[in-house]
Amino acid sequence: MSADTRYRGYDVLDKRDTPSWDAVTRAVIDERLTAADHLPQVATGAAWRVLRALCTCIVPQPADRPAVPLAALLDRRLAANRGDGFRDARLPPLREAWRIGLDALDAESRHGHGRGFADLDDEARIDLLHRVQHGACADPAWRGMPPALFFSHRVLPDLLSAYYAHPQAWSEIGFGGPANPRGYVRMVANRRDPWEPVEARPGEEARAYRENRRVR
Amino acid sequence: MCADARERPRGAHGRAPDVFRRGGWVPMREYDDRDAVDFAIVGTGAGGATLACRLAELGFRVVAFDAGAWWRPLEEFASDEEHQAKLYWTDDRLCDGADPVRLGSNNSGKAVGGSTVHFAMVSLRFRPEWFKARSQLGYGADWPLDWREMWRYYARVERALRIAGPVRYPWGPHRGRYPYRAHELNEAALVLARGAEALGIRWTPTPLATLSAPRGPAHPCVYRGFCVSGCATNAKQSALVTWIPRALAAGAEIRDLAMVGRVAVDGADRATGVEYLREGRWRFQRARNVVVAGYAVETPRLLLLSATGRHPQGLANSSGLLGRYFTVHANQAVWGTMDDEIRSYKGPPSLAITEHWNYADEGKDFFGGYCYMSQGPLPVVWAVTQGGRGLWGKPLRAEMQKYNHQAGLKIVGETLPQADNRVTLADTKDAYGLPVARVTHAYCDNDRRLIAHSMDFMSRALAAAGARDLWRETDDTCHMAGTARMGDDPHCSVVDADCRSWDIRNLWICDGSVFPTVGGVNPSLTIQALALRTADRIAALAGRGEL
Repeated sequence: MSADTRYRGYDVLDKRDTPSWDAVTRAVIDERLTAADHLPQVATGAAWRVLRALCTCIVPQPADRPAVPLAALLDRRLAANRGDGFRDARLPPLREAWRIGLDALDAESRHGHGRGFADLDDEARIDLLHRVQHGACADPAWRGMPPALFFSHRVLPDLLSAYYAHPQAWSEIGFGGPANPRGYVRMVANRRDPWEPVEARPGEEARAYRENRRVR
Repeated sequence: MCADARERPRGAHGRAPDVFRRGGWVPMREYDDRDAVDFAIVGTGAGGATLACRLAELGFRVVAFDAGAWWRPLEEFASDEEHQAKLYWTDDRLCDGADPVRLGSNNSGKAVGGSTVHFAMVSLRFRPEWFKARSQLGYGADWPLDWREMWRYYARVERALRIAGPVRYPWGPHRGRYPYRAHELNEAALVLARGAEALGIRWTPTPLATLSAPRGPAHPCVYRGFCVSGCATNAKQSALVTWIPRALAAGAEIRDLAMVGRVAVDGADRATGVEYLREGRWRFQRARNVVVAGYAVETPRLLLLSATGRHPQGLANSSGLLGRYFTVHANQAVWGTMDDEIRSYKGPPSLAITEHWNYADEGKDFFGGYCYMSQGPLPVVWAVTQGGRGLWGKPLRAEMQKYNHQAGLKIVGETLPQADNRVTLADTKDAYGLPVARVTHAYCDNDRRLIAHSMDFMSRALAAAGARDLWRETDDTCHMAGTARMGDDPHCSVVDADCRSWDIRNLWICDGSVFPTVGGVNPSLTIQALALRTADRIAALAGRGEL
């Protein structure tokens, strides 16, 4: 587990075969973990490169562990066309919004830097995304879709919800995770059940790591 | 695992899923499409399921329809936020206006049991004066009901759902103790308590529709914390595990995966039945009475879709008010970081509440009230909330590292009914080929003053409880109401006090759409209380030959 977490040594998947996980939860999460092998179906070709670059900016991931396949998780959702139950009337439907948005990001990049979004360095990508977030761009490739709205209503919720639905993200933030049928018992401050992670307090990282390796 | 509940109907061939036994079935009575049943009920949530149960128990022949699936919670509800989106109404809807609402997860269900399958279980009564908000408090509209009558129905719902709550409720007229003991408080709830006590206001354990002691085959809540993703243990007293099994036992038929697209009326302005799509085929169920219980977006949508030559503006709409007065609850929050580990993912999300600002009228520069509750967001909801503040990249990751230390207070705040907030039909069509709903919403100045008051007060409370780095979640809403308001004047309302259409006397509406005002509390208990009252009124009218 990476250095930017307070829960080093904790892996929520270690509880897969304990009374904290029921059969349906195991099946659902097993399926999610196959996203690493997913081949893009909706965001293909140039759009796939843009999407992967966008993902590294929205949720930068540490280099010392396998990355959550965020672009693949989003593309799977787009392939299944899983909507939210509403959309702001200024935005087109899910897939179309992403198609236009990824294309427009690339167009903005070519316009401003002479190369595609995926070929920019981190700093230039982040600058460009700040402009999108604040609506300070106007390439015709947006085709009337407000860039700021695309960013606030599609980019952030879609990517953040995909990333934090992955067990690796749960481990990073110290979420106890699924708990059926065992549930949770110790409800008050600074108490944890033995099947919850230990937060490393300063100076106690080694002990926390050892205990987290035993969390089941 | 069993076949997907969304592939083919489960309520069929004389049986229905037994939600209490894995793989089990219970017998279900069935009616022929050509058999004019006493009641065809559209929707099986807090309104429709409750009414279906009581009407069947009173001896009426009932068929209830739901567009969603009939789930088996013990086998099919994963402990997973993303997967459980299968419980939400995720068909497209368009949102516009100055303050567009967000629908889906937070306020719409598509399953037998409706959104009670994923609601937060908060079970509150209205403040008595809210039933006469216009004449007693000077805003909104009066309900055509007396609070004392509603008080008796509230108590009946609380008993039926074994609500877990305190012995003495701190606000309003006497209500007796709750049937089941209050739940243990988690640390997020204790943060609310400390803040309230520091500021000198009262608080209480939240009355919740989840078991604190065994009930039949269901054991008490195990505090797994996935309540708003659906309860996998049946501790949650949703319509799916309470009213629906009772309705079946009393002889009602429930049709899952049955999308009603039109209510039919004859030339004498009587409803004759419903057109519905099931297993790929449009069918027609004859009925002597039709009840629409699809909640504040789908109910007006269905009645607008049912327009005829005699009713060109939609059924039950001679007042022109159908779809108007779409009213939500403000759902803003203040969040902060605690030195302690809070781990608010444990237990039901809202274990403590204060209704102080629902009952206190002094010191307000706005009409209406609000309660606020402790919170327990799981990672996906929490990350999207961070995105809502505009965070991404490294600042987002840093904030997410504080997940186990965050605590928050969130309002259910009354907004004022406004005629221009409304549900209409859009040009876009859904998978059934029906025009989708367009939902237009804007706050008014009074709403903004209420929100500002609540955020200032909650900031003080959270700081007094020891939180640092406070920030405000400014744009969330929850619950919906008002689009088929009840009243005692046919020109100013869609239904009468019995939830009966003024225009089409054998058409009834039984959900939150009938609320003229929303108060500052979650609506499910009031919807169920109204459904019980409507059932009693129908029985009384039938006894007099006035149906």
